[in-house]
Amino acid sequence: MLGFILLFPLIGFLVIGILGGLFGKRLPNSVVATLGCGSILLSLVFSFYAFIQFLQDPTASRELSLTLFDWIPQLGVAISLKLDPLSQLMILVVTGVGFFIHLYSVNYMGEDPGFARYFSFLNLFTFAMLLLVLANNLLLLFIGWEGVGLCSYLLIGFWFEDNEKAQAGKKAFLVNRVGDFGFLMAMFLIFVTFGTFNIDSLKIYEIHEAQLPSLTLITLLLFIGACGKSAQIPLYVWLPDAMAGPTPVSALIHAATMVTAGVYMVARLHFWYALTPFSSSVVAIVGISTALFSASMAFFQNDIKKVLAYSTISQLGYMFLGVGIGAYTSGIFHLITHAFFKALLFLSAGSVIHALHGEQDIQKMGKLSSKLPLTHIVFLFGLLAIIGIPPFSGFFSKDEILWMAFNKHPLFWVCGWLGALMTTFYMVRVFTLTFYGPSHHHAEHPHEAPPLMALSLIVLAILSLGGGMVIGGHFLEQFLTPLFTKHLEVTLSSHTEHTLMIVMILSTLVTAILTFFIFHKKQEWAVHVRLKFLKLHTLLSHKYYVDELYQFLIISPIQKGAHFFWSIIDTLFIDGTVNNIAYLNGYFGSKLSFMQNGNLQRYAFIFILGVLAILLYLGKYV
Amino acid sequence: MTIDHSHYLILSALLFTIGVMGVLLRRNLIIIFMSIELMLNSVNLALVSISEYLQAPDAQIFVFFVITVAAAEAATGLAIVISLFRQKQTTNIDEVNQLKG
Amino acid sequence: MAHTIIFWILAIMSVVCALGVTLHKNPVVSAVFLIGSFFALAGLYVELHAPFLAAIQIIVYVGAIMVLFVFVMMLLNLGRDPDRFSKETKPRFPKYLALFLLVGLLISFIHLTSFSRALPEAFHGFSIENIATLLFSKYLFPFELLSLLLLIAMVGGVILAKKK
Repeated sequence: MLGFILLFPLIGFLVIGILGGLFGKRLPNSVVATLGCGSILLSLVFSFYAFIQFLQDPTASRELSLTLFDWIPQLGVAISLKLDPLSQLMILVVTGVGFFIHLYSVNYMGEDPGFARYFSFLNLFTFAMLLLVLANNLLLLFIGWEGVGLCSYLLIGFWFEDNEKAQAGKKAFLVNRVGDFGFLMAMFLIFVTFGTFNIDSLKIYEIHEAQLPSLTLITLLLFIGACGKSAQIPLYVWLPDAMAGPTPVSALIHAATMVTAGVYMVARLHFWYALTPFSSSVVAIVGISTALFSASMAFFQNDIKKVLAYSTISQLGYMFLGVGIGAYTSGIFHLITHAFFKALLFLSAGSVIHALHGEQDIQKMGKLSSKLPLTHIVFLFGLLAIIGIPPFSGFFSKDEILWMAFNKHPLFWVCGWLGALMTTFYMVRVFTLTFYGPSHHHAEHPHEAPPLMALSLIVLAILSLGGGMVIGGHFLEQFLTPLFTKHLEVTLSSHTEHTLMIVMILSTLVTAILTFFIFHKKQEWAVHVRLKFLKLHTLLSHKYYVDELYQFLIISPIQKGAHFFWSIIDTLFIDGTVNNIAYLNGYFGSKLSFMQNGNLQRYAFIFILGVLAILLYLGKYV
Repeated sequence: MTIDHSHYLILSALLFTIGVMGVLLRRNLIIIFMSIELMLNSVNLALVSISEYLQAPDAQIFVFFVITVAAAEAATGLAIVISLFRQKQTTNIDEVNQLKG
Repeated sequence: MAHTIIFWILAIMSVVCALGVTLHKNPVVSAVFLIGSFFALAGLYVELHAPFLAAIQIIVYVGAIMVLFVFVMMLLNLGRDPDRFSKETKPRFPKYLALFLLVGLLISFIHLTSFSRALPEAFHGFSIENIATLLFSKYLFPFELLSLLLLIAMVGGVILAKKK
């Protein structure tokens, strides 16, 4: 069964890819859509079936493993898969959210000439993501890791005719390489230290005192990999640019699934992070700083997708805070709810963009609430979920993480609270400007989402609303308990918890209403404030000049170095050497060419001279 | 004066040199070819003589092979001469000087 | 004694014929001289107890190759050559020197090598059976390769000599 879950997306990728290659544009979209969505649906059905079985099984035996074949026997690496409660939840999210995004894409990408290419990549992505999640050894996990990176690159640069979009793909790929370098280093170190890549064996490995420093190094290096993939400081820069891809891709890869791979990896290897408090603290601190930092960058972005991208980075920061402080369950919980509501937000943003024929600037939108009622409602659902208004899903998971963080250190809570208020501000700003602000768009008749898009939006809206209530509370804790033994003791009373919760909800509500009021009724206030803090505004809207800083510190030195090597070393020395050798040969050849005048008898004469020379040499034997 | 193998070999050397002379000096391509045949024959004579001296039949096999190769060479060489003649209307080697870089 | 006389007659005949080949102005006469040279050599093969090769020499060289030569001459309608030697070989002196050096070196080397025995009277050479056995056992593979070579030469000759 485990094999089937993986198999269908792979088959989907191959079949669509081959058919697309054979028939090109003659291949009807309906066939592609059926194959693409059908393969994911089958995977979803099997995942769900496995889930039901898990629920019936006793807690201890909720495990399913499958070894397909030995891959590198010398390293003890086999193609082995494993389904446990953690990966079970992940595959449900990947196939579930993935299926609805596929469905959505059928309408969204309907007029694109690259329809088959799009779906084959999307299926390949799902395959790679499932492989990443189900892998029972780190090498296999790394294959999935690289596979999703590849698909991300391919799909960001999906419209590669546009140079800017192709560049965005390259940027994502290169920044991810930096993270992967850390991951690879960690893998080498793991093999040197433990001699195996099998996660089960690593888990039961008895680690003694002397190995702790190298374990800390391993976990830190792995976290560099996670930073690359999950867009954390300092490697987050690729994610906002990744919005160049089609919107459903942003929803699936750059919000719901791939970017959470880092969080998943830390949770999967929690048995190491639990042993290395230093690495865990680094994870938590990087997480919360990213959450605050990127939330502030989202303040004055005018591209609706970029705002969502920064909010994704910020929410990923919360997840890392969760897994960093040892609240793995909460981190995974937030991962799941985030997948629901962020996919919903992206898809409804996509619906707006679709309705306005590609317009992404929120300054040019406005007054859409009556024209796009469904999109308006579902966007509102997503908004309430992300800012954490009960009973929407985001509230439960974020609240849990922050409560756990408060137990670790109150400062974490304060930062998280600030981040939540910032999130509230920019999300409400986007919502208000899009649906209520003054109308600037030129589209005559914005059309509501087509049926399949609408269906996906409704399902995801329901999940965003109810997801937190259904799996929150005790279900998730019980389900994941055999995996994550308690790493974090809750020491404070539930009274404190409730107080914090009420502070959080009230402040969020006040911020939300104020923001709505400002951007809906009193835009001049916003302009006034912007003028007053012009420098700050410039700083924020230029994203703290981080891209420029990287350009200055890293990219241009490399380019200069490369230019030096090219112009001096390569052109002058290497090319010069080669060219001069060739030139010398030519020169001597031209000087000697008089010997070759085409006179055959002279050739024969020289031949005879050679014979004479040999004869003279042989004379010494006489 | 008895005849021994060195006589045969010296005769072979003389014939060979005469053949080389033809190759180096004559201007008619067909004569040059015939000179080459002469050189081959001189070598055959040396081989047969050595074969008898060593009482080894292998050298005679080589002579057999050389004759075969000579036949093949004559066939292709003369074909080349014919096609050359067709282009240049001559078998004069002074006119044939295209074999150069 | 008879051997000596026969050798000298055949040797002088072959050298004279060879010089005739290289020096006569008329190619057809040269060809006839070459045939004479081949006959002389065939006689020498008999002297050296190789009657099989003598027969092959007559059959292949005189019967096949020389006929081909004469045929080509007829085809190209070659007449007398007013100038024997090619013009571009001037100066000829280095070539004469090289030829002299070649023949001198060869003869002196042969002289310096001591061939102890005179021609053995008792030895009667190898039978055709002997040679055939060797040809079809030890030298089978080269033999087969030669057949291939002949085929290639045949095809090559046809292709090269064919009209456009």
